[in-house]
Amino acid sequence: MDPLRQPPSPCSPRPSSPRTQSCEMLGYVGIEAVLDQLKIKAMKMGFEFNIMVVGQSGLGKSTMVNTLFKSKMWKSTLPGLGVPTPKTLQLQSVTHVIEEKGVKLKLTVTDTPGFGDQINNDKCWDPILGYINEQYERYLQEEILITRQRHIPDTRVHCCVYFVPPTGHCLRPLDIEFLQRLCQTVNVVPVIARADSLTIEEREAFRRRIQHNLRTHCIEVYPQKCFDEDINDRILNSKIRERIPFAVVGADREHLVNGRCVLGRKTKWGIIEVENMAHCEFPLLRDLLIRTHLQDLKDITHNIHYENYRVFRLNKSHVLPRGPGWVNLAPGPAPSPASPQATPRTMKVCRWTQDNSDDEC
Amino acid sequence: MGRAAHCSAFAVVKGQGLPRRRQCNHVSRRDRTGERPAGGLRQLPRWDSLHHELFQSHMAAKTAGMPSQLPDSEQNQKKDNTRSLTMSGHVGFESLPDQLVNRSIQQGFCFNILCVGETGIGKSTLIDTLFNTNFEDHESSHFYPHVRLKAQTYELQESNVRLKLTIVNTVGFGDQINKEESYQPIVDYIDAQFEAYLQEELKIKRSLFNYHDSRIHVCLYFISPTGHSLKTLDLLTMKSLDSKVNIIPVIAKADAISKTELQKFKIKLMSELVSNGVQIYQFPTDDETIAKINASMNGHLPFAVVGSMDEVKVGNKMVKARQYPWGIVQVENENHCDFVKLREMLLCTNMEDLRDQTHTRHYELYRRCKLEELGFTDVGPEHEPLSLQETYEAKRHEFYGERQRKEEEMKQTFVQRVKEKEAMLKEAERELQAKFEHLKRVHQEERMKLEEKRRLLEEEIIAFSKKKATSEIHQNQPFMVPGSSLRKDKDRKNSNFM
Repeated sequence: MDPLRQPPSPCSPRPSSPRTQSCEMLGYVGIEAVLDQLKIKAMKMGFEFNIMVVGQSGLGKSTMVNTLFKSKMWKSTLPGLGVPTPKTLQLQSVTHVIEEKGVKLKLTVTDTPGFGDQINNDKCWDPILGYINEQYERYLQEEILITRQRHIPDTRVHCCVYFVPPTGHCLRPLDIEFLQRLCQTVNVVPVIARADSLTIEEREAFRRRIQHNLRTHCIEVYPQKCFDEDINDRILNSKIRERIPFAVVGADREHLVNGRCVLGRKTKWGIIEVENMAHCEFPLLRDLLIRTHLQDLKDITHNIHYENYRVFRLNKSHVLPRGPGWVNLAPGPAPSPASPQATPRTMKVCRWTQDNSDDEC
Repeated sequence: MGRAAHCSAFAVVKGQGLPRRRQCNHVSRRDRTGERPAGGLRQLPRWDSLHHELFQSHMAAKTAGMPSQLPDSEQNQKKDNTRSLTMSGHVGFESLPDQLVNRSIQQGFCFNILCVGETGIGKSTLIDTLFNTNFEDHESSHFYPHVRLKAQTYELQESNVRLKLTIVNTVGFGDQINKEESYQPIVDYIDAQFEAYLQEELKIKRSLFNYHDSRIHVCLYFISPTGHSLKTLDLLTMKSLDSKVNIIPVIAKADAISKTELQKFKIKLMSELVSNGVQIYQFPTDDETIAKINASMNGHLPFAVVGSMDEVKVGNKMVKARQYPWGIVQVENENHCDFVKLREMLLCTNMEDLRDQTHTRHYELYRRCKLEELGFTDVGPEHEPLSLQETYEAKRHEFYGERQRKEEEMKQTFVQRVKEKEAMLKEAERELQAKFEHLKRVHQEERMKLEEKRRLLEEEIIAFSKKKATSEIHQNQPFMVPGSSLRKDKDRKNSNFM
């Protein structure tokens, strides 16, 4: 039986088993008003989004966050100020509430200064993994209380943006190790940082090489192939997958170009406009993260990653033989990404995408 | 009239445009690529269409055209580390509610209605009228010995909203002569649905998003139109259900009551409910868009409804109505009955709230009671917070220990019994052996005796034959002369014999 095709729960002790039949309505009833009710409820409650940026110092993480949300999330460190790199990896979180057209968003950004900056970077991913798991743990504890809150505060990391330095060659061992581990726990979106140091051709070549590296090491970045629900999603997501990793440039200063005020970086040889598709792919990143796939990111975190963690945690404490839902958090040589996650995403028929039409592994 | 009232609720709600009333579409699948109902939801920006747009024309043009958002005024600090931020440009997350709605459309909606009322009071007809279809059903008999619940699930679709509707009917309610057990099956059914959900939630490997939610979201309680007051059975049933489900009482077959009587009846019913402490569902009045209309509807409870799927020509159109010799009762006429109000409240305005209440209030209450019953608490004996996990672990260890102990005990008793049985068998064996020996001896003795006897007998035979021989010789001696040959023969015989 296809492990993803789970029948709905059969455990309801109904007196007579219901047959689901579809009925035709003879006129307008007004059921679709429920969508508006949903919207009102959502706007009243507000949204939450937690994003984590990971990368070596100097790659422009803080600037990128400021550019994404068009506000000063925190002060970006200027080069040459001699800020000492922290000895160990510390995670800093800052939370803001932003509002746009009546929609309130509680945004939490977690930064990781000191990542990959030491001489010996062994196990530098442990604090990050620990932080992510801690958030899952917190949610789990809230969920299994007897009297629990109406709305459990969600601090789980929904998306992790990984900044790849623009070497132009390929992924470094540190990148590969980190991505391998993190892709199983959280949604990871890799980006090429400081892309203004690469020409367009170099960018494309770099991108192809990174994609090849990711395939070789079986690293599934967001949007994951195995969670595509149907043909529409697959088409959409494969377009995105072609362009991952995005080559981005961040800037929080405005300059005058052709009479317009744009965000950009001013150099002697020109102004790099951040929101210009011909210059860099920042708009793609922004659209992916905020405008189209935010809810999707949250859903996958809640339904897949959190559930995996929960299974792992509950199994561990029971000292039971590990079942198929167990996720190996310790690194393996080349962990197969798809098999531990046997839970399907939605109730629609989820075709187990094994096609190799656009992918050679 | 009904139509206008129906739409006016919307005007309050949205303030944007009104949805066009549309005929029910045939299987209009979830339409991601384009048309959404006009005036309804904003079109969600598609990733690739935006991408395309951006590639063609520079994004700069777009940002220039869009007025920079005037930052909202600072909000109050909610938490210590939460600050509100003003943005200097358009970020674009106002599409978030649309993303949420899209996902909900994909998943589909689920709604479960429980209809409680006596047989023949018009439950099935009302449901048919509410959803404007003919759910197949036949009249139920009045002669059931117990109350049973019958659940049926239907899939309805209206434009792009898919609804999985489950109607649960009570069969045989109020028909028995002794009605003491009437409401218990209903309570048990509701609890069973909560239990099923709780079981699924407590599983290790669970799939909640896949789970067909069968918890009852609303209970329509049908009151018969006597015009006097609530029946005792009704009161009892409602009292036992009010903490488990959202109850909306309706007066069924309302065309049997006149308007003045209806007013008095409603007042009497509400006062009885209040004085007996029955908590019926109040439409929520905290959101200002629907507060006014909900508040006014709260005053019209319980709704007096008439159900009918038959169409009658009134004026120049066909309306759903019931035809009597003295007139026509139109179902969707607000002056005739409250059906339109019920439909509006139930489906158009508060469906989401009903589901929400069921999940956050009734289900949580059930869960809390159930877990406390099982012995879990949140706070340990020293008032430090205990997690469900630890309590569960502790209980499990305890249970294991108990089980071990019992196993040991059983083993011991088993071994004991085996020993006893063995001893018994050995004993029996020995006895048997002894008996055998004894018998053998007896047999031996008898044999010897018999041997003895035989020997004696043989000796006697020999002695007897000797005697016989000698006596014969003596007898034959006087007759010896004639027969010397005879004597010779006799001698010969004797010698042979000897």
